Amino acid sequence: MTLKADLRVTRGTFTLDLGLTIAPGEVVALLGPNGAGKSTALRALAGLLPLTSGHITVGESTWDGADAFLPAEKRPIGVVFQDYLLFAHMSALENVAFGLRSRGTRRHEARAEAARWLGRVGLDGYAQTKPRSLSGGQAQRVALARALATGPSLLLLDEPLAALDASTRLQVRSELGRHLADFGGHTLLVTHDPLDAMVLADRLMILEGGRAVQTGPPAEVARQPRTDYVANLVGLNFYRGTAAGTEAGLDGGGTFTIPRPVDGPVHVVFPPNAVSLHAERPGGSPRNVWPVTVDGIEQHAHTTRVRLDGAPNVLADITTATLADLRLRPGDALWAAVKATEVHVYPA
Amino acid sequence: MTRNRVRGRLPVVLVLPAVIGLAFLLVPLAGLLIRTPWASLSTSLSAEVGEALRLSLICASLATVLCLFLGIPLAWLLARSGLPGRGFLRALVTVPLVLPPVVGGVALLLVLGRRGLIGEHLDAWFGISLPFTTAGVVVAEAFVAMPFLVISVEGALRAADPRYEEAAATLGASRWLTFRRVTLPSVLPGVVAGAVLCWARALGEFGATITFAGNFPGETTTMPLAVYLALETDPDAAIVLSIVLLLVSVGVLAGLRDRWISGPT
Repeated sequence: MTLKADLRVTRGTFTLDLGLTIAPGEVVALLGPNGAGKSTALRALAGLLPLTSGHITVGESTWDGADAFLPAEKRPIGVVFQDYLLFAHMSALENVAFGLRSRGTRRHEARAEAARWLGRVGLDGYAQTKPRSLSGGQAQRVALARALATGPSLLLLDEPLAALDASTRLQVRSELGRHLADFGGHTLLVTHDPLDAMVLADRLMILEGGRAVQTGPPAEVARQPRTDYVANLVGLNFYRGTAAGTEAGLDGGGTFTIPRPVDGPVHVVFPPNAVSLHAERPGGSPRNVWPVTVDGIEQHAHTTRVRLDGAPNVLADITTATLADLRLRPGDALWAAVKATEVHVYPA
Repeated sequence: MTRNRVRGRLPVVLVLPAVIGLAFLLVPLAGLLIRTPWASLSTSLSAEVGEALRLSLICASLATVLCLFLGIPLAWLLARSGLPGRGFLRALVTVPLVLPPVVGGVALLLVLGRRGLIGEHLDAWFGISLPFTTAGVVVAEAFVAMPFLVISVEGALRAADPRYEEAAATLGASRWLTFRRVTLPSVLPGVVAGAVLCWARALGEFGATITFAGNFPGETTTMPLAVYLALETDPDAAIVLSIVLLLVSVGVLAGLRDRWISGPT
């Protein structure tokens, strides 16, 4: 019962064109910037938006296609919306029971099942609570229970953690991960938070401008980004270039010495903490060394990130001690150095 | 007071008309209270007054129920259906608001009268004749009052977030179930507000009622009609009737006020 979808939706000047396959039990994360088409894809899968062309099939049944359209209320789906959309006039229990009641379960059975689900998400004792009296994390769990209670074949999560504050988020994320692991159906997680995607998903699809620009397991995407957006998400310095042997000429200017000989178009990445900064040109071991000027300095939790202009532009994470040594200010001229062994190169 | 000191004096240009406006609204009501023959009030409350009051309350309530049955779906259609020409329809619905009620009564007579476009068939096929009956009063009041309900409910529907209806759809709810269990409860304050306005308007309805339903004591003579008639023969009775009508209206409004202005619970 694999979900296969070829989502094509045109709205004004925007076009979504996304091929998607989700195996049973698999969690696919759709990751992309605002306006990339993530929500459009989710709405199309939910049946809230008909496809312009393409198809959605699950096993033998067609949800959307040239001559068939199953409206949302007929699809075996569960959706957790970004702001949960819990029905304000119903108690938590009634919210969770709503889907069961809609699908024809008798009242007392629906309520018993809903109570079981509230227990499963750790909300025993909140059955009669109205949504406005629930905390953000509790509301999120009610929304999850409501989506899962009907035993859907496809679970759609629309930024399920975006509305939570940082401390709640960590806990709710790990709980969500547990429920997703127990869930045997297909899961699509839409998010712009790379951490949510990395932690919760088996496979990432990066969506930009309505198209998938990269697909793969989280570890692979994190190690080998293919676009600036992904590189930025996973926090790597990322360059396109052309390699000849152990030299790679970068498209934006500059040349790198790379650890293994390759030929042809390549992506070159290295983490910001692989960059060292020096007031004088360093000698010694074979390094990639080039002159840069300081463009900006940001203080992070334990490191300082320095944005540097040069050929190429680069981000460097330095320790507070180095920062003190160098007395950095925007406009300062420095030397950036990266060891060849720290540079990761893969075919474009 | 503190704020006045900070912001300076309130401008006379605004305060003066405001006070006059307030007086204009309240002085006539005060006059009514002052001129009321309180001593002889109970003796003036004859059986006829009781009958007119009972008729008024029953007719206004029935008209409100009729408006709820027809008006809520109409408001839903205007707010949610995506029907082409909704703007035009909305304008048409509000016509009875600005139409002189007497004209409304004439129009009702022409359509539902014994020789009217529809009334003719109602009479011939079912033996139903609306004009000059209590049912006719309800029809006339509903005709005049329904726009208040439709506009209020439609406003509430348009302000309600349609994504809740989408959420209900993803949970397997049909559009009817969604309307019943999600949409309607969320716009309940708007429905109550609309029903109160509708009821108040129906209770005070005069022009359309007297034109379409006539003036038959016990059958179509509602309080406003009784007031008007009494004014010509027995002004004191007219004052008493007015006071009763005023008290009933204010009482109902006050009773519903909390529900009316508070949000959903």
